Amino acid sequence: MDKFTTLTGIAAPMPLVNIDTDMIIPKQFLKTIKRSGLGVNLFDELRYDREGNEIPDFVLNQPAWRDAQILVAGDNFGCGSSREHAPWALLDFGIRCVISTSFADIFFNNCFKNGILPITLPQEAVDALMEDARKGANARMTVDLENQTVSSSDGQEFHFDIDPFRKHCLLNGLDDIGLTMEKAPAIDRFETQMAQARPWI
Amino acid sequence: MTNTTAGAPRTLYDKIWDAHVVERQEDGTCLLYIDRHLVHEVTSPQAFEGLRMTGRKVRAPERTIAVPDHNVPTTWDREKGIDNEESRIQVEALDRNAREFGVNYYPVNDIRQGIVHIVGPEQGWTLPGMTVVCGDSHTATHGAFGALAHGIGTSEVEHVLATQTLIQKKSKNMKVEVTGRLAPGVTAKDVVLAIIGETGTAGGTGHVIEYCGEAIRNLSMEGRMTICNMAIEGGARAGLIAPDETTFAYVNGRPHAPKGAQWEAAVSWWRTLYSDPDAHWDKVVTLRGEDIAPTVTWGTSPEDALPITATVPAPEDFTGGKVEAARRSLEYMGLAAGTKLTDIAIDAVFIGSCTNGRIEDLRAAAEVLRGRRLAEGVRGMVVPGSGLVRAQAEEEGLDTIFKEAGFEWRLAGCSMCLGMNPDQLAPGERCAATSNRNFEGRQGYKGRTHLMSPAMAAAAGVAGHLVDIREFAAVTA
Repeated sequence: MDKFTTLTGIAAPMPLVNIDTDMIIPKQFLKTIKRSGLGVNLFDELRYDREGNEIPDFVLNQPAWRDAQILVAGDNFGCGSSREHAPWALLDFGIRCVISTSFADIFFNNCFKNGILPITLPQEAVDALMEDARKGANARMTVDLENQTVSSSDGQEFHFDIDPFRKHCLLNGLDDIGLTMEKAPAIDRFETQMAQARPWI
Repeated sequence: MTNTTAGAPRTLYDKIWDAHVVERQEDGTCLLYIDRHLVHEVTSPQAFEGLRMTGRKVRAPERTIAVPDHNVPTTWDREKGIDNEESRIQVEALDRNAREFGVNYYPVNDIRQGIVHIVGPEQGWTLPGMTVVCGDSHTATHGAFGALAHGIGTSEVEHVLATQTLIQKKSKNMKVEVTGRLAPGVTAKDVVLAIIGETGTAGGTGHVIEYCGEAIRNLSMEGRMTICNMAIEGGARAGLIAPDETTFAYVNGRPHAPKGAQWEAAVSWWRTLYSDPDAHWDKVVTLRGEDIAPTVTWGTSPEDALPITATVPAPEDFTGGKVEAARRSLEYMGLAAGTKLTDIAIDAVFIGSCTNGRIEDLRAAAEVLRGRRLAEGVRGMVVPGSGLVRAQAEEEGLDTIFKEAGFEWRLAGCSMCLGMNPDQLAPGERCAATSNRNFEGRQGYKGRTHLMSPAMAAAAGVAGHLVDIREFAAVTA
């Protein structure tokens, strides 16, 4: 997993609420047995018509936001299906950070496993950043994970909270399976106790 | 297994959590032991590949259960194989991974194959007090047994395969109480849609919900699974119902349920799994069972749920970001504000899914359809949740009722709930569905989904439009 330290880039505004993971990556692209290559189909049914032509109105099809690395989105981003294909598609497109007032739990977890930083901020902050994102390619936001801040292109700075363990893993690009494997003795002990206490499991 | 808060009143969620903590970090992050790991073909190939690349094994293959469900054809000729190459490769990958890593496995041609969330309980893999995970958001279903069950992403699937644990932060406790008795014609599906209509699709975010109250207590295990299945549609990490005699009666005798002395030991522990009277709740929602009407969705989010007696709302009825979302939903659904829900004509009926694909659901739909036929121009599909549900339904003659009513009778799988196999809606086609999501494109590109109970979906098929099951029964009796 790539480290996440600081990011300065274009932010795309997606004010729609309840953007679900079916929208982020529709089912027909879940048939892959790989993690890569999904970026071209990110937001597929919002982004292309039935013939595969780009829908010009869609934000990521507009010249100003084609190279966006940050999304500023409406409430409850990533709800619905647990498909990790959603963060894989975002990452493959080049999105490393999503900012919203709230995220669905599973999507939120999945982001951290892929080096994507989901940032939860109060409504007023998201509104201000949404406005900034609307300015397009000349407006670059900066996300600083170490200092836990997002700065808009006009210099407004917002502090965000993050779980210390998740921050540590993102900053260092740590693979948590490797970390947990080191705890095998504790897992062994737990299993021995469990075999006594709840042998039917 | 240490109980760090012994003595203090705890919720059911607290108790199950405490019983599974392997290690707790200073910031509260825990390593949680996982008792059962369910696996299907869509969210697992990259996880098994990860194990292979790092030379890791499945730590507890005996606690891991694999079954293909999302991609499998539900047509009767499916033994000839899967036409779509990518779907076939994915199912073949599961087959290879299950055998190579030695996990429990129900292949496509096994009578026990079905939707993973129907197979788990049916085979007795799901038991009270367990932690159950699967790379699928509807894992919440298993909470009906008083198990802590939730969906995970593929990276976490790999983590559980390799370590039989998950790194977790504890969620908050939310209580959803449904008091009193449900009116005739009102089912578990109506209850859960009414709850989501009340709390919103993000109302449970950051919480584990325990459903309780007389109306919940009176539900069968099938009904309880319908309720917990859609906990995720309310944004919750998991949904739970405390185990009781109904639970024990369902579990007893299932192939992987404990037997003899172990059964007695298990039941005596399971009887301690309830929320203590003074336990702390971060959020409480109460609904009166008597107030819940047969409920359907009008829009493209499960929170767009209304009593069948209502009319389609206008965007101005909402505030904030929901105004634009409602406008978009109405356009997508091809509906005008002010239309009576009972005037919405449908083209298709889908009965099945992990929400409503169990035997009781098929019985309820068949009861409505007995001696009746689908309206002219309406197509219908019944997809049992597992091969065993299908066999049971056939033994009871339900398949004949469905076929005589003009429905297709299919083999088990996820089918048109998400349309990863050929079972899809055509653009613009409108469906009365017993599944769980009415998202844009969920059942097929530009397909339009109205969620409802099996009886309501069957009745809509006969009438050709959405109907109030209470009036339908009276009018056509």
